[in-house]
Amino acid sequence: MRGATRVRCAVGVLAVALAATACGGGSSSGDGGGSGIVRASWGDPQNPLEPADTNEVQGGKVLDMIFRGLKKYNPKTAEAENMIAQSITTTDSQNFDIKIKSGWKFSNGEPVTSDSFINAWNYGALLKNAQLNAFFFEQIDGYDKVHPDAAGAKSTATKLSGLTKVSDTEFKVKLNQKFSLWPDTLGYSAFYPLPQSFFSNHSAWLKSPVGDGPYTIQKYTKGTQMSLRKWDGYKGPDAAENNGVDLRVYTDNNTAYTDLQAGNIDLVDDIPATQLKNVKSDLGSRYINEPAGIIQTIAFPLYDDRWSSAKSALVRQGLSMAINRKQITQQIFQNTRTPATDWTSPVLGDAGGYKEGLCGDTCDYNPTKAKQLIQQGGGLPGGRITIGYNADTGSHKDWVDAVCNSINNVLDNNKACVGEPTGTFADFRNKITNKQMTNPFRSGWQMDYPLIQDFLQPLYYTDASSNDSHYSNPQFDKLVNEANAESDTGKAVGTFQDAEKLLVKDMPAIPLWYQNGSAGYSTNLSNVTLNPFSVPVYNEIKVK
Amino acid sequence: MGRYVIRRLLQMIPVFIGSTFLIFFMVYALGDPVAALFGDKAPDPATAAQIRHDLYLDHSLGAQYLHYMKNIFVGDFGTAFNGESVTSLMGSAFPITIRLTIVAIIFEIIIGILLGVITGMRRGKPVDTGVLLLTLVVISVPTFVTGYVLQYVFGVELKWTAPSVSPSAPFNELILPGLVLALVSLAYVTRLTRTSIAENTRADYVRTAVAKGLPRHRVITRHLLRNSLIPVVTFIGTDIGALMGGAIVTERIFNIHGVGYQLYQGILRNNAPTVVGFVTILVLVFLLANLLVDLLYAVLDPRIRYA
Repeated sequence: MRGATRVRCAVGVLAVALAATACGGGSSSGDGGGSGIVRASWGDPQNPLEPADTNEVQGGKVLDMIFRGLKKYNPKTAEAENMIAQSITTTDSQNFDIKIKSGWKFSNGEPVTSDSFINAWNYGALLKNAQLNAFFFEQIDGYDKVHPDAAGAKSTATKLSGLTKVSDTEFKVKLNQKFSLWPDTLGYSAFYPLPQSFFSNHSAWLKSPVGDGPYTIQKYTKGTQMSLRKWDGYKGPDAAENNGVDLRVYTDNNTAYTDLQAGNIDLVDDIPATQLKNVKSDLGSRYINEPAGIIQTIAFPLYDDRWSSAKSALVRQGLSMAINRKQITQQIFQNTRTPATDWTSPVLGDAGGYKEGLCGDTCDYNPTKAKQLIQQGGGLPGGRITIGYNADTGSHKDWVDAVCNSINNVLDNNKACVGEPTGTFADFRNKITNKQMTNPFRSGWQMDYPLIQDFLQPLYYTDASSNDSHYSNPQFDKLVNEANAESDTGKAVGTFQDAEKLLVKDMPAIPLWYQNGSAGYSTNLSNVTLNPFSVPVYNEIKVK
Repeated sequence: MGRYVIRRLLQMIPVFIGSTFLIFFMVYALGDPVAALFGDKAPDPATAAQIRHDLYLDHSLGAQYLHYMKNIFVGDFGTAFNGESVTSLMGSAFPITIRLTIVAIIFEIIIGILLGVITGMRRGKPVDTGVLLLTLVVISVPTFVTGYVLQYVFGVELKWTAPSVSPSAPFNELILPGLVLALVSLAYVTRLTRTSIAENTRADYVRTAVAKGLPRHRVITRHLLRNSLIPVVTFIGTDIGALMGGAIVTERIFNIHGVGYQLYQGILRNNAPTVVGFVTILVLVFLLANLLVDLLYAVLDPRIRYA
């Protein structure tokens, strides 16, 4: 009989193991095309979906579908146009009077009033809430009390003193300095209004965010899938032209592309680098490759002795001329990047401040001149440089190696430049933030809003939030301040460009190329376009 | 046997504490997770400090570990950065990976042992050589190659199955990924079984059983196989843990949101609670699988006794 007990025992253990798995098989279907639903690829948002806490594309996509703000960027021209705002007026570029249209509602029925904005902005700015985008409110008067800068400091106020409610459809904003282009920043997701339910039951709201945009969230399984459906109560001018969008999280863009080929999904907005060679023959006109508001650069740690000497600017200029941008964008990126000739992006347009060729000869490949400049500047510091990058995401290794190769050829020295990988993005950013870099490193900038100011001030203004090079030039700061105070947009843009011209001489970062957005879609869809942020314009997509 | 099981379970406690301790420190050594939250922007010091405070990162490493362990005992594994609790991540990830592992193990047991018996009984014959060569090929081709190739052939060209697994990941969609995951281990199971069978075909008890006039299938299943399976069971048992933790490549190829995927995300984002939580559970799975293997020995060979 002992044998029998043993068998029963073993069977029992196995049964427990099987039972543990049986409970999992959920029943979320969500697949199956037709019925006007767009099935699109998605990446897992890194942070909870709160407007002021979302600073990356994947979460931003959803916010832009379920929210509308005071302004919206035109998906074609990138211009900031009034959406909920009736008018935003100012006489001195510092005090703004905002009137909002009546009749707007959140999808839970609450009306959109001035309080929806004031409360949302106060919440976003308050230090205790630790919102990643808090600094977007730093221009508003009283920010330093609500969000003191130093680590460990406590806020002395909970509300921004610069925000005053006039009525349910009007409020005033006082900035702490002149900033004429400020209304144009209001299309960014950090400035979206929030319903009362966000504050009354925060955790429930986070599970299923409620906004005032053309879509509502029907079902959200974190890390896996989000089903968005057209909201019939939406009164805005840009209602959804499809019945909904199913966003499906892909861990690997190769799999998403394979699924597109197999007809399992309709829209992929990140074509894997390995497929770029075949994508035109696979998809034909259903492949989109358009410039986006993203520029990639190589930044220099100007705080380090190696790069702080008076002559080292010549070395930086020389390195810029030693990079064969055209060849690299063709061969490595299959023309999904455009060689950069300034520090902004073509999506701004000429009126918005993009100026082709602003960098001049310095951004052209010129081996002789490059070598000469580097020698004049005293040669590469220590005889050799490395270019830092993070190895975990993006295929940075390929182009960094190509850039180094280009530099090495120019200098006739195959040890002059090598790539220096850092394991994770987190670690890479830490080194940069803690000023531990001694050599140039890759850097990238994706615009928050389509303004030339966003390409210059956060990156090159003294002690600005993303000034990784720790570049500081009083002349540059002065010009940026002047441009911000300028009430005429055309003049403001001109002054920003004057500031940008200083970067040619100082070269705190080498502009490499503008990144394109690339997407592909199935025959089920039509009218698929990418906006200037390289995000598909979901509400305009039509399903056959 | 009861006392044996209890002793084994008690032994798990120090292993459990030691492994979580090591993993916690290793993740900590990867660096500060807060900077990466801000993307290409530098974190503003006040917000970063507030986030560190909220995540208990502003304490010393030892204090963080004690705080973490204290929470584990009340069932709180912490929070991932996207605001979801690690327990709910586990709740969605583990069932999927366990289903995938079960499919893989079933493939290993059925195909692996069957091929092993066939080749073991026919040593040196063409079947034997053929299967041996095949297993050699399977072992030497990396999983991501077989994965992408099978995905393309069956998913895109033949359209027998979808190239990726749907979010709920039911068993029938996991057959192809399960096979891909099982392939390498399957080859080992085949080889192990073959050797073991080949050795035992000449054993005295097999000769006795044949001499007694027992039918051939009874000789093989009751006498030969039962005695030959001990090394195979050991291998499959330890493989359970390895498959669950090592499914990362397969899960990525077929877009399965299981344990491997969550671990990968946790490491990319330096999220200590996710990584330590998942690895802790994997450690437990390893320990339990080993216990299960030891208990199965007695079923296969009653001479093995536990004190």
